Amino acid sequence: MHITPDTLIIFQWGPVSLNGTIFFTWCVMALMVFGSWLITRKLSTETHLSQWQNLIEVLVTGMRDEIRDISNQDPGRYLSFVGTLFLFIAVSNLLGIVPGYKPPTGSFSTTAALALCVFVAVPLYGVSQKGISYFKQYIEPSAFMLPFNIIGEISRTFAMAVRLFGNIMSGTIIAAILLTIAPLIFPVLMQVLGLLIGLIQAYIFAILAMVYIAAATRVQRPKEKEGRQNEKGNLSNG
Amino acid sequence: MDNVSIIGAMSIIASGLTMAIGSIGSALGEGRALAQALSAIAQQPDETNTITRTLFVGMAMVESTAIYCFVVSMILIFANPFWEYVVSRAGG
Repeated sequence: MHITPDTLIIFQWGPVSLNGTIFFTWCVMALMVFGSWLITRKLSTETHLSQWQNLIEVLVTGMRDEIRDISNQDPGRYLSFVGTLFLFIAVSNLLGIVPGYKPPTGSFSTTAALALCVFVAVPLYGVSQKGISYFKQYIEPSAFMLPFNIIGEISRTFAMAVRLFGNIMSGTIIAAILLTIAPLIFPVLMQVLGLLIGLIQAYIFAILAMVYIAAATRVQRPKEKEGRQNEKGNLSNG
Repeated sequence: MDNVSIIGAMSIIASGLTMAIGSIGSALGEGRALAQALSAIAQQPDETNTITRTLFVGMAMVESTAIYCFVVSMILIFANPFWEYVVSRAGG
């Protein structure tokens, strides 16, 4: 039994071996890139649109609304990163219904890489939004908290990686164990549950990434509120 | 019992205990969170979207301890470093 697709060797060419994780990641990437190229090739702005364009529009609009709800900011800056995370994880989990496919998110390498992307992206967004003063939040409330803030940053990255990995791997393993115990109907039910869990985990991963980014880019909001209140006050005065 | 069987037996017992004890806390916590969220939804049906989203994220946070336990127990069963050490010593 393969716990992770890392141990599954698809293709061996001399010293170079292609394991299942990389192979299935490439499959997902190819599917997504090719599919979105195929769909966005002929977009229409008329009232009649193809069902695939409708699907993509629903997805993108939904993601924009979610991001706007969480961050109270314009979603344009974050959509490309968070949306890509969500779509990649969701597609790679949902493709689990295809026989022979092993979700690449069931390998710790993939989830660690995704979590590292979030780990790097949070300070990047923070600095790009607030400048150097972003790093001031690490020494708040006092400079003694610096190591704890850094530990918190690292441990939440680790938690994200392990959470996704554990959930997807447990789905795979439970399916494999049930196949040996009750092979007829029951594994199908667990597979359905696995699909649900896969989608929820993709959602949670993206939401958590967005929450961390929003927390890193937040601080100017009180000033904006004051400004708005002043504007309102001015309007009511005038 | 020789060393090999002691290590094997202890790994399996420890992984079972890890799973059993480790899942209690997060199960209780998730149950409480779900109950609170349901009563909140019953009181304010308009806020269902926000409550559900926060519930999902919070539950994922709470669940992570149980997931750690699961990963540790899987490591103990399938990728146990002590077991591999003993086997390599016995083999080599």
